[in-house]
Amino acid sequence: MDWEILPDRPVYLQLVEQLELAVLTGEYSPGQRIPPVRELAAEAAVNPNTMQRALAQLEDRGLLETHRTAGRTVTGDPGRIAALRGQRAAECARAYLAAAQRLGLSPAQAVALARQAAGPDAHHETEV
Amino acid sequence: MCTDCLSCQALSKTYGRRTALCGVTFAVAPGRITGLLGPNGSGKTTLIKLAAGLLTPSGGAVSVCGTPPGPASKALTAYLPDRVFLPLHCRVEDTLALFADFFPDFSRGKAAAMLADLKLEPRMKLSSMSKGTLEKLQLALVMSRRARLYLLDEPIGGVDPAARAYILSTIIRNYSEDAGMLLSTHLIAEVENLLDDAVFLREGRVVSAGLADDLRQREGKGLDAWFREVFAC
Repeated sequence: MDWEILPDRPVYLQLVEQLELAVLTGEYSPGQRIPPVRELAAEAAVNPNTMQRALAQLEDRGLLETHRTAGRTVTGDPGRIAALRGQRAAECARAYLAAAQRLGLSPAQAVALARQAAGPDAHHETEV
Repeated sequence: MCTDCLSCQALSKTYGRRTALCGVTFAVAPGRITGLLGPNGSGKTTLIKLAAGLLTPSGGAVSVCGTPPGPASKALTAYLPDRVFLPLHCRVEDTLALFADFFPDFSRGKAAAMLADLKLEPRMKLSSMSKGTLEKLQLALVMSRRARLYLLDEPIGGVDPAARAYILSTIIRNYSEDAGMLLSTHLIAEVENLLDDAVFLREGRVVSAGLADDLRQREGKGLDAWFREVFAC
């Protein structure tokens, strides 16, 4: 996968975010085995200990699982992934509203603009 | 795992009246990569030479896996000097034989694979190589040892940016998990994502030592940016 690690924030936080995104976008699909720590670390050009720390955190959140024999895999539970997707999408929505407000739009105007941008089909579906 | 791979206690070194290192204390634990960072002439190479057993301390103590510098500590230490150390009349294959002779922990297979990646042919003569190519060869040899402590003095100083990426990933893939690594450089931006810990030196004294991610969190900036600020001329 493509990594972009900036130096000005703790590296492990950025690894957590980017791994999370890879699971949400399906780059690593549910149940898929992920590469060993050292391989991932070399790919991202970061320290294996830092990568290990990021993976452990994702395990704590239930997004990754460690199996005695099969190594580390993405969770097979679609509910967990869906819940996290909802969280991330909500963060994006809040960020959009905040940015629109800084430009002088009211929340209602921002919502109307989002509808307009989504096009005519978007009205039929309401739930994410 | 018990002892630290490298431990420095109030380590000092003077050259005549000039003080190169003064009261330096820190340790490198197994499995950790520590950056030794500082401007030119801040004592980085002196410290690494003390750890490698090439210099004797003027004060304080240094030990490798609990062993004071000597033949036993050198057998545990893979040291990459900051200059060319291989005889230039050799060919690449001779240097492999040399390392295999000297170091029981040297893996010829590993070295051969790395040299193939770097497109260094066994029959190539060292005298015809550029400085950067020689550095790649030296690093490949040093990283092919299964040591307990790696001392890398400016491992990327002379190589082109494309080869740097390969060298850094070589370092990540090849150091053993029970080994510690001390890596000195002034090219901080290139290596900072690789480091567990960072020790900053100025005029032979430790300015800051600790977890790299802690410094980022505390200062809100990267090691390189912080360095440029604190060490501004």
